[in-house]
Amino acid sequence: MSEAFLAILKRDLALAARAGGGGELALVFFLTLVVLVPFALGPDLNLLSRIGPAILWLGALLATLIGLDRLFQGDEEDGSLDLIRASALPLELAVLAKGLAHWLTTGLPLALAAPLLGLLVALPAEAMLPVAGTLLVGTPALSFIGATGAALTAGLKRGGLILPILVAPLTVPVLIFGVSASNSALGGTVPFLTPFLILCALSLATLVIGTIAAAAALRQAD
Amino acid sequence: MAASDAREDALALTQISYPPLTLSAEDLACRRGGRLVFENLDFTLGSGEAIALTGRNGAGKSSLIAMICGRLRPAAGRLRVTGIGDAPLMEQIHLVGHRDGLKTALTARENLDFVQALLGEPGLPADEALAAIGLPHVAALPVGYLSAGQRRRVALARLLVSRRPLWLLDEPASALDTASQRMLVGLMQSHLDAGGAILAATHGPLGLEAAREMRIGP
Repeated sequence: MSEAFLAILKRDLALAARAGGGGELALVFFLTLVVLVPFALGPDLNLLSRIGPAILWLGALLATLIGLDRLFQGDEEDGSLDLIRASALPLELAVLAKGLAHWLTTGLPLALAAPLLGLLVALPAEAMLPVAGTLLVGTPALSFIGATGAALTAGLKRGGLILPILVAPLTVPVLIFGVSASNSALGGTVPFLTPFLILCALSLATLVIGTIAAAAALRQAD
Repeated sequence: MAASDAREDALALTQISYPPLTLSAEDLACRRGGRLVFENLDFTLGSGEAIALTGRNGAGKSSLIAMICGRLRPAAGRLRVTGIGDAPLMEQIHLVGHRDGLKTALTARENLDFVQALLGEPGLPADEALAAIGLPHVAALPVGYLSAGQRRRVALARLLVSRRPLWLLDEPASALDTASQRMLVGLMQSHLDAGGAILAATHGPLGLEAAREMRIGP
């Protein structure tokens, strides 16, 4: 059973790394977005560093959303999902493996690139690690909330357009606590750990709820 | 000559026997989008038996296969399987549907290794399965570079890398040339000899002497 879990994880990581897999797409999109914002805002460094964490978080959210529609759609289209259904592995664990692979190829690179991109939004040096930390623990929530939406739209031809509309409202709590934890690292009255731990809790909760909900949605497909 | 010997050796390796299993449908009905596709369908499929499922387009051949896979719920009646104890039916079936279930970015070997790890019950190693279907040279090629017929054969090689008693084949011979169709008949025959069962939706003759035809729909 764990062999099947690892097989799905390994296959999705390999697919993301191959040409056209879209593994690097989210990162490039994130980079583009964060590079564009300072040009739009103008040369006000104070403003930029104040809203820097929010820009990074919004960028990460949008970058996660753009590749999500392919999470199950590809498998549905080519028939691989039927193979996964025929496996002895419970569908929930198969979803967990796919969600994990999605996070490893999307959320994790975004979090690792955040300190570098923080330079572009004039983030103070002491805030870089906390911002990267919030992205590291917060992006799994985005992947697993997104997995539910991706499972619901797996059978739809234009699912890519509906998915962000479905998923974005559900990510609001993650965005609020992610940005608030990042901001508290820049100063303020809220201690860093309070929103940070809530963010961890959100990720852990969506890890469970998201996989169960996505598996239920996949079972109803057709 | 040596190549065909190797193929027979590989086929001989699949000669393991399955425990007896019976799949039966009682008064099965299928409804899709409000339309009644078929009803009052009864059949029994036992070990060593093959059914060639025929019927015009839209008669519900693929729907019946989807039902056995658990992807569609019967509108009435039920499917029963005996002889496998508590194991769910899903874990006995081996599906080669009209979609090939292959990842075009991965090589043929990677695709087969994935299926073997996913479905369990390992049979032939990926390379030997590819040799058995006559495509040993494509192992390291991404499936996207293969022709439709070659992809279909790689999909059929899945049946060999993992051993499951009930083969569900949807138009297995589509896109296959005559030599490959003969190869497919050989694969199916050795599966039946090993005590497996086959349900194949088809428009042409299946080529198996033991197969009986079941026509659904009007």
